[in-house]
Amino acid sequence: MSWFRKLTDGLKKSSSKMTESLSGLFTSKKIDADSLEDLEEALIASDMGPHVAAAIARELAAVKFDGEADADKWRLALAEILQQKLTPLEKPLTVSSDHRPHVILLVGVNGSGKTTTCGKLARKFQDEGKSVMLAAGDTFRAAASEQLQGWGLRTDTPVISGEAGGDAAALAYRAMQQAHEAGTDVLIIDTAGRLQNRTELMEELAKIHRVIGKFDDSAPHDSIIVLDGTVGQNAIAQTKAFAEVASLTGMIITKLDGSAKGGIIVALGDDFGLPVHMVGVGEGVDDLESFGARDYAAALVGIEADDLPQNTDAEDKEA
Amino acid sequence: MFDQLKDKFQSVFDGLSKKGSLSEADVESALREVRLALLEADVSLPVAKHFIASIKEKAIGAASIKSVRPDQQVIKIVHDGLVEMLGGDAAPLAVDVAPPAVILMAGLQGSGKTTTAGKLALRLKDRHKKKVMVASLDMTRPAAREQLRLLGEQADVGVLPESDTETPLQLANRALQMAKLKAYDVVILDTAGRLSVDEALMDELRAIKQATNPHEVLLVADALTGQDAVNTAQAFHDAVGVSGIVLTRMDGDSRGGAALSMRHVTGMPIKFVGMGEKQDALEEFVPDRLAGRILDMGDVVALVEKAAAAIEEEEAMRMAKRMASGKFDMNDFLNQLRQLQKMGGLSGILGMLPGIGKMQKQLNAAGMDDSMLKRQEAIILSMTKKERVSVGLLNASRRKRIAAGSGTSVQDVNRVVKQYQEMAKMMKRMGSKAGAAGLKAMMGGLGGGGAGGAGLGGGMPSAGQMPEMDAEAMKKLSSGLPASMGGQMFGKGGLGGMPGLGGLPGLGGHGGKSKRKK
Repeated sequence: MSWFRKLTDGLKKSSSKMTESLSGLFTSKKIDADSLEDLEEALIASDMGPHVAAAIARELAAVKFDGEADADKWRLALAEILQQKLTPLEKPLTVSSDHRPHVILLVGVNGSGKTTTCGKLARKFQDEGKSVMLAAGDTFRAAASEQLQGWGLRTDTPVISGEAGGDAAALAYRAMQQAHEAGTDVLIIDTAGRLQNRTELMEELAKIHRVIGKFDDSAPHDSIIVLDGTVGQNAIAQTKAFAEVASLTGMIITKLDGSAKGGIIVALGDDFGLPVHMVGVGEGVDDLESFGARDYAAALVGIEADDLPQNTDAEDKEA
Repeated sequence: MFDQLKDKFQSVFDGLSKKGSLSEADVESALREVRLALLEADVSLPVAKHFIASIKEKAIGAASIKSVRPDQQVIKIVHDGLVEMLGGDAAPLAVDVAPPAVILMAGLQGSGKTTTAGKLALRLKDRHKKKVMVASLDMTRPAAREQLRLLGEQADVGVLPESDTETPLQLANRALQMAKLKAYDVVILDTAGRLSVDEALMDELRAIKQATNPHEVLLVADALTGQDAVNTAQAFHDAVGVSGIVLTRMDGDSRGGAALSMRHVTGMPIKFVGMGEKQDALEEFVPDRLAGRILDMGDVVALVEKAAAAIEEEEAMRMAKRMASGKFDMNDFLNQLRQLQKMGGLSGILGMLPGIGKMQKQLNAAGMDDSMLKRQEAIILSMTKKERVSVGLLNASRRKRIAAGSGTSVQDVNRVVKQYQEMAKMMKRMGSKAGAAGLKAMMGGLGGGGAGGAGLGGGMPSAGQMPEMDAEAMKKLSSGLPASMGGQMFGKGGLGGMPGLGGLPGLGGHGGKSKRKK
């Protein structure tokens, strides 16, 4: 099942899905003030936040149609606006063979799905024919290391782990050494979840990031924040804070197979422009997919992705 | 990122407060700002709308009443409405039943169920003196059972031995059997995280509930959750009948609006909040605190109320009369000290202000704690009745006697006298301006938001005066009080309007030392 299907299914099952709230709006050629407000609200209900929602609603209100406008045209126009905004965020996670190991650091608040994502990423890169090593950098949470080892077993990947409560930066360094010696292609470093307002924990993360750079000054090659798809407006504060200490290069959004719509992606794209590498759509080891702006925009608005132009076309037009 | 609600309120109410009443349109535009603030705080849209509708009439009604600060009335109605919606029906955890009491934890993946199960076990064991067992039914997430076992061991409670071959339902049954057999008072069942749209897993949860007949079904939810909170809460409530909510990661800086959504759709109380990663970081839920947080206004409203409650009407009238006459003696000073203590002392007042945590530590380090108020009280009590009325009598030998009588030093006595003199001067000035205005009206001057800049009024050392004062904290302190509370009455002098707070007698003592620097 494609992630688009899963996403759509998730959205369909949720009680207040945007598609429903939108269908009543687009009946006339011009959007009146009430419809505009309803549209804004539907966008807000997807976690876009009131300001971004208002901006998108204004953008849609400015769209002009040739001939008669109907609900389908309005919906398509909205999806296109979203697609346009999100297309620049598409960037599959690829590893270059220039670095051995290519180091991926996963950071984020507690419970966002970092460890699970580590396991899924290991499988993804193995499927691409790369050798992978995992580092259990969460030395704090009870059994976090065991959890990653569980993923190691499941994916047949070596896991570097240390003592509970040990120095995570030292462990990251040791993992770098071992991955280097073993000639491993990809090293994925898990870290403990931390709330971004915990200064001392953020400093610890900065240290981990620094120490990784000591071994290889181009590393980490990807520094990725893992965000829970159900998260609200606090995601913006999270991304800002983690970007400061861990020089973020991208995002992975998890749990998008639920009823949450992940509209925060649009708000984050507006604010940070960080690529959305992957989305998590289930608990299985393969439930990690590349983010597709076209699919997401279509699912959010409730139309078929085929109705939207291919992203490549959009890029060609720009070029 | 988030504009603070009070700033917006300020712009909405700008100039309006002078009229003494607000029009319906004024209130509506204010409520639009409230709605926006709620949405930015992640309150789900339908809940935000419901809330605004529920307080609208009240707010319009209150605004039309001639009051000193109709804008504050509206803020208070919004705040009270939130508190009411968040609180109410608070019920203790149903653990005092025929054992074993069964607590079922449920929620999305990563919401903090296992951590909370560990915290709850420790709390029930320590505070309720219960014999507790934890049992993980999570066969999905790798090492989930290991995690709960470690947490159980740390809390020194019973742990259901693991097994790789049983289903969650079988594990639940075995947990109950073992709890009965070994006479546990409470058994906490931790379940695997599941999405509300996953019908198979929701069915499984239903089956577990049916088999174990839990006394509490706790929905564990992340305070960082966005709009989906309503869907998730509704789905879990429909499936298994939630009896309470545990809000995790409240130690983060999210505004926590999801709590309001979940409280509203389930109608079930928020029983606990997770305040950190340590095992004892589980606290009871305080609606006032979250209401202030959702509105991003701190607990200022509570502060105003507390001040109003602490100063009894009669006393207020008496004080007002005296102030009008410009009279202020040691007895009045003593009254103020006591009122300040009634309001929870310095720490109580500061604790209610947003962003003050760090500063409070610094104040404590500087010896500005509540014991200072007690000392000052003792000094005044060691004076004779005559001395209290005519402070001029206090010569060196009298001061020595007072110091000995109160167990303090002559310097301490001097400081109190000096503070008294400063306050008396201030009162005199106020008396000539304020006329016979009641003390309630003077509440409007609680914040010294004027040019003085010191948040709590004239007596509070300003940022410049206080060594090592965190400038940011100071700024927060002054901005934490709604600017509308700024002392219009007393002009731009930054003089706090309310006796007892205005001068903050307990703080002045320290200020004396650093004032020399200026």
